[in-house]
Amino acid sequence: MQAVKTEHKVILDWVNEGASVLDLGCGDGELLAQLISQKRVRAQGIELSDVAIQCCIAQGVSVFQQDIDTGLSEYADQSFDYVILNQTLQQVKKPDFALREALRVGNRVIVSFPNFVQAAARFQIFFKGRVPVTKALPYEWYDTPNLHFLGIADFKDYCKKRNIQIEASAFIAKNQQLKLFANLLAETGLFLLRSS
Amino acid sequence: MEATKLTQNQILEETALKHFTFANPPKELTLESGEKLGPITLAYETYGTLNKQKSNAILVLHALSGDAHAAGNDGWWSNLIGEGKGLDTNKYFVISSNVLGGCKGSTGPSSTNPKTGKPFGTDFPIISIGDIVNAQKRLIDHLGIQKLLAVIGGSMGGMQVLQWMISYPDNICSAIPIATAMKHTPQQIAFNEVGRQAILADPDWKGGHYYDSAVPAKGLAVARMIGHVTYMSDTSMAEKFGRRTRANNSNSKFGADFEVEGYLRYRGDNFVKRFDANSYLYITKAIDNFNILNGNKNLASIFKNLAAKVLVIAFKSDWLYPVYQSQEIVKACKLASVDASYCEINSTYGHDAFLLETEQEAYLIGNFLNTVSNGHHGGTH
Repeated sequence: MQAVKTEHKVILDWVNEGASVLDLGCGDGELLAQLISQKRVRAQGIELSDVAIQCCIAQGVSVFQQDIDTGLSEYADQSFDYVILNQTLQQVKKPDFALREALRVGNRVIVSFPNFVQAAARFQIFFKGRVPVTKALPYEWYDTPNLHFLGIADFKDYCKKRNIQIEASAFIAKNQQLKLFANLLAETGLFLLRSS
Repeated sequence: MEATKLTQNQILEETALKHFTFANPPKELTLESGEKLGPITLAYETYGTLNKQKSNAILVLHALSGDAHAAGNDGWWSNLIGEGKGLDTNKYFVISSNVLGGCKGSTGPSSTNPKTGKPFGTDFPIISIGDIVNAQKRLIDHLGIQKLLAVIGGSMGGMQVLQWMISYPDNICSAIPIATAMKHTPQQIAFNEVGRQAILADPDWKGGHYYDSAVPAKGLAVARMIGHVTYMSDTSMAEKFGRRTRANNSNSKFGADFEVEGYLRYRGDNFVKRFDANSYLYITKAIDNFNILNGNKNLASIFKNLAAKVLVIAFKSDWLYPVYQSQEIVKACKLASVDASYCEINSTYGHDAFLLETEQEAYLIGNFLNTVSNGHHGGTH
């Protein structure tokens, strides 16, 4: 079995045993497969890519081939214990709408995203005068799936503005959890959210 | 060589058509119309071996023109069913039966009416997808199977899958409806109606009592031609035929000049040799009348309490059963919190893709069935 990514470890830690989980943009289903085997969750993924769908089914992960920009409207309020947006929020067309929908459908929402204002990115912008290409942001400007650019502090501001309660957060750099200077140093931010 | 011979013989034995007769009077089957029908015979084939726990049985459900011969030589789904294939006969016991109303060994309008000693013709009662499935349930009971590992089928076969999910939810572990719909749209009914009208307009149809004379060959052939057009796609027809012409030996100004015309005529004429026109009328009616939401059921409650795992498959180029109809099934699964998956396979074959695009289909189905048979369910439900 593959080594569990630090991001996944955080999420595995946050999700309760036997919960129901909806993963939006679940990719090849690796995280959901881990949640099934380690937390015995009832898992459902939504994903658009043909190849990823085949991988999900091969791993025994239930998945709908749909666009998450539209795919949530068919769910009743609070139909899942957790809705996960793992490296997805920055890639959807309307992140504000997606997050509101996730908070409607899920009792709690887990969000992870690459921190666009991390030090290495700042360095490249400031000293090289180039749009950053880093470990957490590996794409060139012309072929990136990322549509929106946000930092840890931006997201915290957003939650405050939208009255979203942050129950827990975790920040990761070089596969280690950070305690301090998250907005400057973290490559990835993770948040456990709930509507207040 | 000896071993090869033995395997060949085993295959022949396994794929031999079997028959099961039930609903002998006075215990006739009550149809959804209220009419009674009996005795009823279902023709069926089985592939693979039923295990001791009788837990590895998969029921395969055919489409409009299909029959019990799903696997082996010339089997309509032989790409999918067999040793090491998507429906792996080394692991699973696969059952395929000809539908009630059919003409390939099961009771239908061309069968002998016990009351008259002559073929039923149009004295045969109207049948529904529900009746077809009720008859299949009797066959499954007869085989001693309490719970099927899976029910699977495309097009009309997919409608039967949906009917199993509604009528016998506790007797299936999983369901795989492919390229299908919960009900026919006006467009789908319209194509079937044109096919039916072609048969009814044939003077040889004679009100459906043609069994002692010439069959309505022209009408049935035209019906099949229309069908074939709807099963393909613009792209697949362009790829298959283009505007290529062929030698027209008919001396007619309106002969088959284009390859596509020759193909459709060949398909139409061939169909007449293996299919009964009255069965075509009865089965297309059953398809058009099918509506899983009949009887005051709504989308949110239709699959309520369904514990079976579901895999819905659609094909992007299928314009006869467009993907939105499969998405509607998915929506019902979502609303009822059914453990379900949905895949849209890229294919240019149109509706025919469910019979032709078997590589991706087999991969999905094989893996899905692995999960189901390992009881690898996602926790509590």
